[in-house]
Amino acid sequence: MSEKISSSSSRGNEAQINQSLLTSTATKSWNGYLRPDGRKGVRNLVLIVYTVECAQHVAHAIANGEEDTHVIGFPGCYDNAYAIRLMLALARHPNVGAVLSVGLGCEYTQPEKIAEAVRDSGRTAEWFFIQQSGGTRTSVAKGKEIVARLREQIRRDTPVVPMSLADLTVGCECGGSDGTSGLAGNPAVGAFFDLLVDAGGCAVFEETVEMIGLRGHMLARAANAAAKDQLAAAYDKAEKYCRSVRQWSVSPGNFAGGLTTIEEKSLGAFAKSGARPIQGVIRVAEQPPKPGLWILDSVPDEHFMQFGYTNPNDTEGLMDLISAGSQIVLFVTGRGSVIGSPVSPLIKITGNSSTFHAMHEDMDFDAGRVLAGELTLAEAGRDLAALVTRVAAGELSKPEQLGHREYFVMYKHQETPSLAAGCRA
Amino acid sequence: MPRAFQIQAEDNVATLMDDAAAGPVEIIGASKSTVNAPEKIARGHKIALRDISANEAVIKFGVRIGHATQAVPRGAWVHLHNLTSDLDERSGTLDLHSGAPTDTSSAYV
Repeated sequence: MSEKISSSSSRGNEAQINQSLLTSTATKSWNGYLRPDGRKGVRNLVLIVYTVECAQHVAHAIANGEEDTHVIGFPGCYDNAYAIRLMLALARHPNVGAVLSVGLGCEYTQPEKIAEAVRDSGRTAEWFFIQQSGGTRTSVAKGKEIVARLREQIRRDTPVVPMSLADLTVGCECGGSDGTSGLAGNPAVGAFFDLLVDAGGCAVFEETVEMIGLRGHMLARAANAAAKDQLAAAYDKAEKYCRSVRQWSVSPGNFAGGLTTIEEKSLGAFAKSGARPIQGVIRVAEQPPKPGLWILDSVPDEHFMQFGYTNPNDTEGLMDLISAGSQIVLFVTGRGSVIGSPVSPLIKITGNSSTFHAMHEDMDFDAGRVLAGELTLAEAGRDLAALVTRVAAGELSKPEQLGHREYFVMYKHQETPSLAAGCRA
Repeated sequence: MPRAFQIQAEDNVATLMDDAAAGPVEIIGASKSTVNAPEKIARGHKIALRDISANEAVIKFGVRIGHATQAVPRGAWVHLHNLTSDLDERSGTLDLHSGAPTDTSSAYV
């Protein structure tokens, strides 16, 4: 017996859930999109990648009004290895089926190289320079033609396969935290992460700068000696960074919400990690090498230019988590937020029921029910797993419904093994 | 009566779940009691569950979140004016109500 989940998404095939398995989210399955590298996506998107700010307007104009078409890019004319790695990770993300790369024509980053790297992943990719296509209108018209062709192709040709929690990588960060984030919002995610990891999936959480003060706690959660070394190195780097810039990851809004010290905020943030062992540390654009719970380190490594800010805004953190292959991202906010994300659906969670009601248009999940005694933390974790599963099956999250696709990337340096030797000519 | 949530039994602060006027606050969570707040405390902020002396550790989640910069009587609002980070040297200089930096004339340090 099966129950069809009606979906307002554009997915052609409606997700099916086996009724007999409904009691166990862990074994629940839905239909996803099989990519050539074996990973499975929960969306089937065409991604437009602009290679310089000068091409940004044209890229967005192409995507405007187009179904299942998202936009990312890099504003700098002079390229940056970190930003290229991040863009390539997004362009070869499991939720992306095909890519159109658009450049102006005089920047370092070459749209042709982006397209080649995407083709190497088995996906279809096209590219063009605006300067070689005419002007804005002709480039937009050309881009729309290409997008329509790519979309038709991936809808026709992408194999649809069953997926379960074991196929999911879910990323989580928090922002706009208040006193409820550490009490209910993040712990609810922690309870879900435990379920996800037990089901064989991948959980990624970030903000090592928000683990300041928790060195001992973090190291005690390491799965093995190698993980412990990685955690110690990531922690020490984050603390050194915070000291050197005299900026700890606490904002005026956090203080107004009742948080007083970075240590206090750290404990609340760390609660999203749940209780399973931490397998190790990945950096931006790296995928977890095996299932389990992972920390993502987005802190810049030392570089003579001293560029890069570790945590400039919430959107950057979400991009980092998506670059790790997260097909769905979670954002915990006590004070409320209206952001979304390209590539992967964002689910917004609050531990503050007042915020949930005041911002019900934007917030997906009310973990404040735990504080009101309406449900236990374990129940909140299961509830969240059910929501994640529905969104993975095609239900649109609130940010998706509203069309929120905030995107951010900056110049930064991380000592990560290169995915490709850059995308210069 | 406004409520405050104590996470771990060893915590010496609890988090307000409702806005509290001066007066009794019900403590729930790891222990049950009533604490008298001499001043109003906003939701999400912390209340001292016992007298905390200057330089003593402030404990929440069972973990040290910083130290008291002055004696904090039971029932008092615990925030930037009497609690500071062990690491972040700027936290003690922030405006009590807005959290904005006061140690510089420029917002762009």
